[in-house]
Amino acid sequence: MPQVNGRYIPDMKSPRTPANEEDPVERAKDFRPVDKGFTKEMALAEANRCLDCKKPFCVDGCPVNINIPAFIEAIRNEEFGRGLDIIHEQSMLPAICGRVCPQENQCEGKCIRGKKGEPVAIGQLERFLGDQPELASEPKMAPKNGKKVAVIGAGPSGITCAGELARNGFDVTVFEAFFTGGGVLAYGIPEFRLPKAVVKREIDGLEKLGVKFEYNAVVGRITDADELFAQGFDALYIATGAGLPKMLNIPGENLPNVFFANEYLTRVNLMKANRFPEYDTPTKRAKNVVVFGGGNVAMDSVRTALRLGAETVTLCYRRTEAEMPARRAEVEHAKAEGVKIHELASPIEFVAGEDGAVCAVKVQNMKLGEPDASGRRRPVPIEGSIDELPCDLGISAIGTNANPIAKLIGPEKINKWGYIVADEATGQTSDPRIWAGGDIVTGAATVILAMGAGKSAAADITKKLAPLAE
Amino acid sequence: MYKILEKTQFSEKVFKFRIEAPQMAKHAHAGQFLMVRANETGERVPFTFADWNPEEGWVEFIFMVVGKTTKMLSTYEAGDSLEDVTGPLGQPSEFGDGKWGVIGGGVGLAIAFPIARKLVKEGKDVHAIMGARTKELLLLEDQFRSILPDDHIHITTDDGSYGEKGVVTAPEERLLEAGQIDHIFCVGPVPMMKFATLTAVKHDCPITASLNPIMVDGTGMCGCCRVEVGGETKFACVDGPDFDASKVNWNDLRARQAAYRTEEGQALHAYEEAICACHR
Repeated sequence: MPQVNGRYIPDMKSPRTPANEEDPVERAKDFRPVDKGFTKEMALAEANRCLDCKKPFCVDGCPVNINIPAFIEAIRNEEFGRGLDIIHEQSMLPAICGRVCPQENQCEGKCIRGKKGEPVAIGQLERFLGDQPELASEPKMAPKNGKKVAVIGAGPSGITCAGELARNGFDVTVFEAFFTGGGVLAYGIPEFRLPKAVVKREIDGLEKLGVKFEYNAVVGRITDADELFAQGFDALYIATGAGLPKMLNIPGENLPNVFFANEYLTRVNLMKANRFPEYDTPTKRAKNVVVFGGGNVAMDSVRTALRLGAETVTLCYRRTEAEMPARRAEVEHAKAEGVKIHELASPIEFVAGEDGAVCAVKVQNMKLGEPDASGRRRPVPIEGSIDELPCDLGISAIGTNANPIAKLIGPEKINKWGYIVADEATGQTSDPRIWAGGDIVTGAATVILAMGAGKSAAADITKKLAPLAE
Repeated sequence: MYKILEKTQFSEKVFKFRIEAPQMAKHAHAGQFLMVRANETGERVPFTFADWNPEEGWVEFIFMVVGKTTKMLSTYEAGDSLEDVTGPLGQPSEFGDGKWGVIGGGVGLAIAFPIARKLVKEGKDVHAIMGARTKELLLLEDQFRSILPDDHIHITTDDGSYGEKGVVTAPEERLLEAGQIDHIFCVGPVPMMKFATLTAVKHDCPITASLNPIMVDGTGMCGCCRVEVGGETKFACVDGPDFDASKVNWNDLRARQAAYRTEEGQALHAYEEAICACHR
């Protein structure tokens, strides 16, 4: 570590350590992880770039306020276990968030080094620690308090809440609709971006803390809030995710080989359709794939299509690349792997071929107009400018609506869009025994926000049901 | 793991499993379905409940061997276990007052039976129209006869090997003309449901169909099971599986159901090869 008179002097000369990535052409042939993560040497070099600011803006940029300069300092001192403990004070899922957080809009977006150059690669450093979970201190477990909590949904929000509660002495059962845990981390985010072994490690860790998992359990159908309370649960945390895909509402949307991204990704990520017929779930391998959307789900879809052998993969977005909400790294990865970005085009019709399946898609060309409520320039159609793209597999990745099963769970208040109404700070709902958080409250958002909601709810449940001894 | 308590064979290709699932049995309703993943490498397949018993803690479903998964399921015996069973899923069937015609075709009879039983229990006048390709594929005749008088049971077979020769629309038409039914529930192959619906609509008779599109998650998350009903896209898994049949776009449904026919054939072929190899 560079020092002058015992004081840490940051390395102002070295550029940001580039990600340790597989060759784009080679990696796009299979589902291997794209980013291998920093080596120890890379992590140390990058940690030396941190200014160790007195007033660290990066911490403000983090939705759960991880003490970033402190864990980076621990990396500099090669105290990786201590660094991990510092992250664990705020986040139990660094291996996941390090990989999937949109750092450029959060911690790294606020990093002072970014003003005149490149920000510190905080996400990579977080992941570097997260990938060495064996170095962390044994979690401190509060004595059992005799209270039971049911967590509904084993996605990022649910598992975070479950972990916090278990450590605080609660008896926790997680109810999950699928046969495995992780939620969107399992069915949505592909192996090449988030290896399923990382997700499994988190679930296994919770089991070690005593958290029980009930799989194949769709709460709202196989049981409900009333029955769970009657069975002796003292509180519920609902974290069922956003669910229901949003429709494009254009002709031909229901043609065979037109997918919602959720289906396309679930077939591969959860059901392993890429290994059909070894696995029984099939998927479609097509020549010309067109994906609509500009978020992470769209990026995951185009990159999955490449790996399933598509000859051309086009990402159609109604604004321009600059407005895409996806993580910057994912857009770059997609482009490097050969995805064609088709800006300023919006689908208006899927066209059926002779076999009845989709063979083309008509797109309306757009231009950017005045900024809208989100501050992004609004796309407006260029009258009469319509193109037809060859498309034997179409995917819409334009977002999700609330899943209607959520309103069958209990008496908590639902807003007019079908999302659960919950206190922003605590997650408590209109029923004082029920808390909710993650996408089923906020609508589709990020893993870190869902996780943060799980953590706040766990803190509030603890405070109200069984406060920890000082 | 979900234990198979009982296996019943109805014909060469039609089987019934009774599965140990106490919590599911407690919450099951007529018209709802479950999803099965037989083993670690299996696909998720929906089956509508054929029966359930909350006191004894089991649910039943009937399946016909058509592809790899059902062929493999047919080799499971009582005492074996299924990897995953999820349910109940979908909206329970709801019925207004009236004189009901319950039409079931082929394996659809397995779904029609609990509906007929529910209607009878609610004190409604019920006629069952039971269709099959041939006599040995006619399911649950004894069960239907145990809840309905003989003159309320109408059997058709395509080949005339049992009951009247022809399809379900013939007795349906007669009952409609005689004013003996004024509401219809139908479940079976898409062409059967389509023509049963055309017949009902001709007589201004409301008709509900239980639809069976391909599903992946079965909980509203993926949208694979979408169907067009009255010009709107609905998800059969959470909005259905029952819909106003007069508004269903049958051609769409059929095309989406057939979307994986090639892959289904491929999977079955690979499975049969593997079985042959180990029998050699």
